[in-house]
Amino acid sequence: MQERVYHSYPDLLLDAEGEDLADLRTEEMLINMGPQHPSTHGVLRLVLRTDGELVLEAVPHIGYLHRCAEKIGENLAPYQFIPITDRLDYLAAMNNNYAFSMAVEQLCGIEVPERGRYVRVIMSELNRIASHLVSFGSYALDLGAFTPFLYGFREREYILDLFESACGARLTYSYITIGGPALDLPEGFLENLQQFLDYFEPKIDEYNQLLSYNHIFVRRTAGVGVISPEDAIAWGLTGPCLRGSGVRWDLRKCMPYDIYDRFEFEIPVGVPGGSDGIPRAVVVGDSWCRYFVRIAEMKQSARILRQCLEQIPDGPVRAKVPRVLKLPSKEVYFEAENPRGQLGFLVVGDGSPIPRRVKIRGPSFCNLSIASQICRNVLVADIAAIIGSIDVVMGEVDR
Amino acid sequence: MVAAKIAGVLRAQFPGLVLASDIDGLHPSLTLSPENWKEAAAFLRHDPRAGFNFLRCISSLDLYPEPFIELVYDLMALEPAGPGEPWRCAATVAIRLRVPRDGGSVPSVADIWPAAEWHEREAFDLMGVKFEGHPDHRRILCPDDWIGHPLRKDYQYPTEYDGIPAGPAPKTSVPETP
Repeated sequence: MQERVYHSYPDLLLDAEGEDLADLRTEEMLINMGPQHPSTHGVLRLVLRTDGELVLEAVPHIGYLHRCAEKIGENLAPYQFIPITDRLDYLAAMNNNYAFSMAVEQLCGIEVPERGRYVRVIMSELNRIASHLVSFGSYALDLGAFTPFLYGFREREYILDLFESACGARLTYSYITIGGPALDLPEGFLENLQQFLDYFEPKIDEYNQLLSYNHIFVRRTAGVGVISPEDAIAWGLTGPCLRGSGVRWDLRKCMPYDIYDRFEFEIPVGVPGGSDGIPRAVVVGDSWCRYFVRIAEMKQSARILRQCLEQIPDGPVRAKVPRVLKLPSKEVYFEAENPRGQLGFLVVGDGSPIPRRVKIRGPSFCNLSIASQICRNVLVADIAAIIGSIDVVMGEVDR
Repeated sequence: MVAAKIAGVLRAQFPGLVLASDIDGLHPSLTLSPENWKEAAAFLRHDPRAGFNFLRCISSLDLYPEPFIELVYDLMALEPAGPGEPWRCAATVAIRLRVPRDGGSVPSVADIWPAAEWHEREAFDLMGVKFEGHPDHRRILCPDDWIGHPLRKDYQYPTEYDGIPAGPAPKTSVPETP
């Protein structure tokens, strides 16, 4: 299964006698894609050096959504910083809150009660499904397929209804704070969640039928943007981008935090084409694998949610946190598995309520850095396929 | 425990390199001298006793009022397990380098860990640390004509940018947890 290779046009521009068709020679152009562009997943600017339809090089320029979150972290107390973390990867706000809360709780030695931990995992996995649905829908939209987008967002509406019943917000929740979730789950939440899981799990197979094995989708994504496992590790990729290259690494399983060691689930990775119903053109580490890992992860998240429903105990959800939480003069670096990769927070305390430094390691920042390497000698149409498969959210690239 | 082993191996290989080690805290780290950083980084990456192939993050801390900026390189050693088994993390360590605030520079490790490319650009952009030998040494998040390095503790907030006036500098308040 070969990676697709395109030849530069000038080699082929010879007429019948082997004379060079100088008139038809194309020249290199620098074309700007973004920051305002429907396919770049936010305010990403790509400067493409093209030779006809062939992109020789794509240089990403970022920073259009830089909102100085780290500087703000030096001026706000941790519980005030939670809404800022919402807006990093705004499609996975629960996961961001979770990561930051756990970092500060580790720093201050706060233990969250059992029920609070289960509620956090429930919200985190629901948000993972919601985020992957957006990724699924918008990836199809980038490639020109409109229907999966609407189906993905229809399922997402059920999840957002659950979130709204729990905390009142649909996108930026600030629900998981220092010491546990802000409020307990409302009446009927767990029953609604059970109904949603019964409704949603068969839908994943429907979406496979709709998009994943579609001939046009496979032709556009299989073999495109192949990243080898060594490159993926060297470039600091995490999340579905790393797992799509065959590296079976997931923080929830490999370095379990909180209560993730109590759940049984698998880590899907990219597999080569030809077996198990995988289209034959698929190469491990291509865009199709990264996309398919996300679909498989939705199934695993549903599995974790069912186990949470069985195991969740009664009791309080919040720990007792002092009115003014003084951070000790220590530092902690904590990473959590977000839908897009490993979100890391380095929180340095200095004895006062306000941290000395909050460093945010955004997974999309690290994932996007490989774009300049893999967008070489591909067609312009493949740029959308590659950037969409990396699934960046500019909120956590730029912070 | 593992960080202690790494410290021992580094001390044996490069005398005078390890200035301090804090391996019992929440964030096990070794403070190295920035002089032989390139060799130490290559050793950490390629030597089978270390094998740190994954650079998680490069953070920059401003130690104002001390005239130093500290760079923290978080490293992880990933290794495959059997077929179908999740990969393992053999070790994690944080390497700290102290660089002078004014004109401090450190060799770039972008050729050892390509992930460092963008992290070093960000450390330069926001904290002003220069990286010798970096393939693309320019600002990444701030506009190219920005003056100053925003994350420094003595950063002067600009009063205007491109003719657009900016508001007054923000104040810090002491908050209460609800």
